This record gives sequence, C-alpha cells and structure tokens, in this order.
Amino acid sequence: MAPDAATAQDLSEEERIIFDSVDKFIEQDVRPHAHKLEAADEYPREIADKLAEMGLMGATIGEEYGGLGLSASTYSKIVERVSSCWMSVSGIFNSHLIAAAAVERFGTEDQKRYWLPKMASGEMRGGIALTEPDCGTDLQAVRTTAKKDGNEYVLNGNKMWITNCIEGNFLAVLAKTDPETEPKHKGMSLILVEKDAGYKTSKLHKLGYKGIDTGEVVFDNTRVPLTNLIGPDEGRGLQQILGGLELGRINVAARGVGVARAALNDAVAYALDRKTFGKPIAEHQSIQIKLADMATRVEAAHLLVDSAARAYDKGQRCDMEAGMAKLFATEAALENAIEAMRIHGAYGYSKEYNVERYFRDAPLLCIGEGTNELQRIIIARQLTERAQG
Amino acid sequence: MKILVGVKRVIDAYVKVRVKSDHTGVETQNVKMSMNPFDEIAVEEGVRLREAGTADELIAVSIGPDQAQETIRTALAMGADRGIHVVADGRVEPLAIAKIFKELIARENPDVVILGKQAIDDDNNQVGQMLAALMGWSQGTFASKIELGAGQAKVTREIDGGLETLDLKLPAVLTTDLRLNEPRYASLPNIMKAKKKEIAKLTADELGVDTAPRVEILKVTEPPARQAGVKVESAAELVEKLKNEAKVI
Ligand SMILES: Cc1cc2nc3c(=O)[nH]c(=O)nc-3n(C[C@H](O)[C@H](O)[C@H](O)COP(=O)(O)OP(=O)(O)OC[C@H]3O[C@@H](n4cnc5c(N)ncnc54)[C@H](O)[C@@H]3O)c2cc1C
Repeated sequence: MAPDAATAQDLSEEERIIFDSVDKFIEQDVRPHAHKLEAADEYPREIADKLAEMGLMGATIGEEYGGLGLSASTYSKIVERVSSCWMSVSGIFNSHLIAAAAVERFGTEDQKRYWLPKMASGEMRGGIALTEPDCGTDLQAVRTTAKKDGNEYVLNGNKMWITNCIEGNFLAVLAKTDPETEPKHKGMSLILVEKDAGYKTSKLHKLGYKGIDTGEVVFDNTRVPLTNLIGPDEGRGLQQILGGLELGRINVAARGVGVARAALNDAVAYALDRKTFGKPIAEHQSIQIKLADMATRVEAAHLLVDSAARAYDKGQRCDMEAGMAKLFATEAALENAIEAMRIHGAYGYSKEYNVERYFRDAPLLCIGEGTNELQRIIIARQLTERAQG
Repeated sequence: MKILVGVKRVIDAYVKVRVKSDHTGVETQNVKMSMNPFDEIAVEEGVRLREAGTADELIAVSIGPDQAQETIRTALAMGADRGIHVVADGRVEPLAIAKIFKELIARENPDVVILGKQAIDDDNNQVGQMLAALMGWSQGTFASKIELGAGQAKVTREIDGGLETLDLKLPAVLTTDLRLNEPRYASLPNIMKAKKKEIAKLTADELGVDTAPRVEILKVTEPPARQAGVKVESAAELVEKLKNEAKVI
C-alpha cells in the first residue's frame, strides 16, 4: 500500500508533485542500494549527494534563506516515505535540519544569512551534539565546556552517539559556557563548530541504523569565533534545544510510521505469497489478526503524526501531541517489525530479507530524541498540568 | 528552436486498473494519476535539448480535465518553460487531440513537436501520425535517438528488424519510445520554481475544434481470469501435453 493512497485526494497539488518526485527518487536511487550498503555499514555518499540535489537538506529552512520552507506536515510525510525504504537515509537530513532550525529560530540575522543558505544547499552538512558518555536524558549534566578566550570559545570535552559527525562538516554543540552557574541550564549554550576548527571523531558500531555515521567526538582545545554562539546571548542552549524538540519528535515519529509501514507492506506481500496447508498464510486467521493490528497501528501512527504536525504548523502548542506521536509511532515500528518477522518465519531471521533490518532499526526510534520512558513522563506531566488549568 | 511536448494525465502505470461496475470504462476515482510514461520521456528529451542550448523554449501541452494542470506542473518542474492547458472533460479521441495540436501549432509556431508514441491508458498510438498528416510535416515515430540540427533531424527508430535511421526535414512530429532516455524526477527546488511558471488555459471551443467522440464504446470488461498452470514431472510429459492437450506441436 502506497503511503497516503487513501488520503491522496486531500493533498495539495504541490504536495502530490513533491511526494511523487520523492517516491521516484527513493525507487531509483535509494532502494536498489539500501540492502548492500546497510549490510556493509557503508555511508551512502551518493544518496547523500542526491538528497542535497533534491533540496532536502533545506527542506524546512525558510525560502528567504535558500530552503524550501516546507511545513512540518509536508516534511513529516517525506520523512515517512524515506524511512519506509531505509530509515538511515532520513538521518542524513533530520539532525542536520534540527541544527538548522536552532539557527533559524534563535540565531541573529547575520548568523542566519551566513549559515542557513549553506546548510540549505548541503554545502554544510551536520548534526547536533548533545549526548555525552555520561549523560543523555539528563542534559543538564553535560560536561563539555566552552571557555571564552579573546574573540574565541575554546571547547573541551567528549560527545557520544553523534550522528553525521564524521561525514558532516559542522555540529551544533551543547556546552557549558558557565559551569558554575545555578540553575545549571543558565550556564549552557549552543555553539556551531565547523569540522575545520578541529575535532576528532571515531565511528561507533551499532545494532542498526547502519550506513549513517554515528560517532564519538572529542574536543581538545577546539577554537571557534564567539560569533558561532547561536543567538546573541549565552545561557540559552538548553532552552534552544528544548524549543526544537516538538519538531524533532514529529520527525522521529514520522520515521516510526515509515518503518512500521515498511514492515506491514513486506508482511502483506509475504503472507500472500507464502503457502502452508494449501493456502496463502494470509488466509490463516492468526496471520490475519497480526496484519489487521499492524495496519491499524500504521494508520493510527500516521494520523497522530499528521495531527501533531498540523498543530505545529498552525503555531499551536503541541508538546504533548508530538510526544504522543513519537511514543506511539516508534512503538508501532518496533511491534510491527517483530510481527513482520514472525509472519516471515525463518526468512524473517534471514539477512536476505529486509525484515531483520526493520527489527534492528526500530529500537533506536524508541531511544533517540527523548526515550519513550521520558515521553510518558512528559505526557503525564502535561496531562496533569492541563487538567489543573 | 521552439519545442512543443504533449503530456497526458493517465492512471499511474503501477496501479491495478479496475473496470467500473457498469462496464462503461475503468475506475479513475481515488486512483493515483500520473504523467503518461512516454510523455515523461518526451519532456525529458525536450529538457535535454533545452539544456544543451539546441532549443530555446519548451512548452508543455495537456488536453484534459482541470486536474491535468498538475501534469503540466510536473513537466514545468522537470524543466519546461511554460504550459498550455486545453481544458476538456470526458473522452477526447486521437483525431480531436491531433486537431487541437494543429491549432496550437498555428499559434505557437514550434519547430518540433515531441509526443509519446502512445498513452498507456487507451494505447491508441495515433496522435503523432495524425498530426504529421494534418500538418503535412515529417514524422519520426518510436524514436530511440533524436539528433536535431539546423532545419533537420536525425531520428533512430525501433522497428521489428532492428534500428532504422531517418533524416527528416523540420518542422517535424516525433514520438518517443521507451529507450530514448531515462526521465529525471524533479528536484524540490524546481517544483517550487514551477509554481511561478505560466500555464495558459484554453478550451477546444476557443480553438474551433469539435471534440465530440466519433466512436461509441459499447462495453468495457476485465480480461478473463487466467487459469492456474500445471507442473509437469518430466520433459516427456511436457511433450505429451503440448501434443495432446495444448495441440501446439
Ligand atoms: C544510533 C543513535 C544515534 C544518536 N544520535 C544522536 C545525535 O546525533 N546527537 C545526540 O546528541 N545524541 C544522539 N544519540 C543519543 C540519544 O539521544 C540518547 O541515547 C538518548 O537521549 C538517551 O540517553 P542515554 O543513552 O544517555 O540514556 P540515559 O539517559 O542514561 O537513560 C537510560 C535509561 O533510563 C531511563 N531514564 C532516564 N532518565 C529517566 C527519568 N527521569 N525517569 C525515568 N526513566 C529515566 C531512560 O529512559 C533509559 O531507559 C543517539 C543515540 C543512538 C543510539
């Protein structure tokens, strides 16, 4: 089932043309290479270049800064499509665009004019560096420091699990500009660091999400100009990151829908093809129940993401909605991956098929961009807050 | 040089087509529609000629319902300069399409018209040939290679026995075959730019063309379902079945 087959009539002409092009890009330039590159854990360099040609490195960056200015709703459907083929590919532009969004939302006009066009064209490609060896969820515990020295910040510290850190050429780094300040977040800043400024990276080996470079980053007296601080003032870093979380969650949720849909599509195709006891397994009731539940999860996840994205586009508060979409869609991805594996029997366990890849890719979505444990805490907190008025 | 390309909106090539329950045609409601694949090849060829500097204007024409505008928009995103939409609902037969093109040629004076060799919905394979006849122009159909020079075209065509090369005088009507090129997909920045390109809207009436169908469709039905095949145990059994059951040897 093609994404949005049922709702295609509700899309605008522009969206239909965009999705059509994205689908062709995926079928011609991603799908034929995905299996081999993923098995070799090889960076999809040509695909990354094509992403830039397609304009996706600037998908959500404003048109006045050389981007496409797509709405969250349109963007999330692109992410969904790309992820339903190979989730890793969406990572090339997802965390890049989160960094760009921080510049666009909080940067000075000069910073926007300097950085955004380069990010939109893909001349600059990068990501965000928050997590450290000793902290992920609890970002206030960040230990990387950025000390002022004349016209420069001097960065020291280690970042861990940083996507796009090896193949990209810049990172938005969360660091302490004032380690002594209480509350701690008032001493935290977000600073753009170009690779040329000098940081060391090493690749981490992962269960899934292969091909894309996730690594450890070491800053050892890395110097950048003071103007690389995002925004005019220090001490806003954590706020800036949290401010981008809604879009980030919608983004990861859309990836979840994509993986869940891929698992469903493969499962349906296989269930129609595979025969036991004289009929396709799709006609056995226990398989039908699985397929029905999988399809329902995909549809529900898609609608949750779409409604959070539409709220975001209207400028409405949607932190809880984005959290719900993230929680539900990423769990749907994991459940569907497991069910697709069961439906495939031994072949689901085989490297020949894509199902085992969905099974390895899906768990990341439950961890990244705020673990699902954390999402539940946030959702519950919002619920009780809103209930108390 | 000015080039006109035709782009028809058809049911997407990957959709499983269903016959309407009243047998008057096929279901197009809630079905994915796309540009006819042979027309995509025509647009691609035009865009390449445009990029190479051989052509200086590329105009995409579609004859069809309101939604055909989207097909033109796709051609503009691929690189056509402007569009002409001749709004027409219902069935428009090949001769009427050719007559509409003739009127557009009178207005636009192109040097070359590139069309798909056929549209994958009706598979008529007639418009290009009819248009060339109406205009008294040269025609190069089923082109697998097109080289345009000053006032002339060299066209390689796929025919039963192999490849045939024609030297044509311009103006000419050319129709595309599958192996002419691999059409590009539009980049998103180009899709955005296409929004600002002009699409002129006309009707067949304004062009003085009567589009009333001359052919009456009596009934459209599904092809009979194929029977499942049988597996044979040996070559001898196969020969026996071919002889006595299929009676082909
Ligand atoms: C493939 C991959 C790519 C990544 N890419 C990036 C990147 O590009 N940039 C980046 O900055 N980071 C990246 N990360 C890191 C990711 O964001 C973190 O792993 C995530 O935020 C969780 O942090 P942690 O691993 O330190 O877990 P911890 O924070 O140590 O959490 C461990 C467990 O405790 C739970 N927990 C924590 N706090 C609470 C609480 N208050 N209440 C209840 N439960 C709690 C968590 O849910 C989890 O189950 C990536 C991770 C992976 C695996």
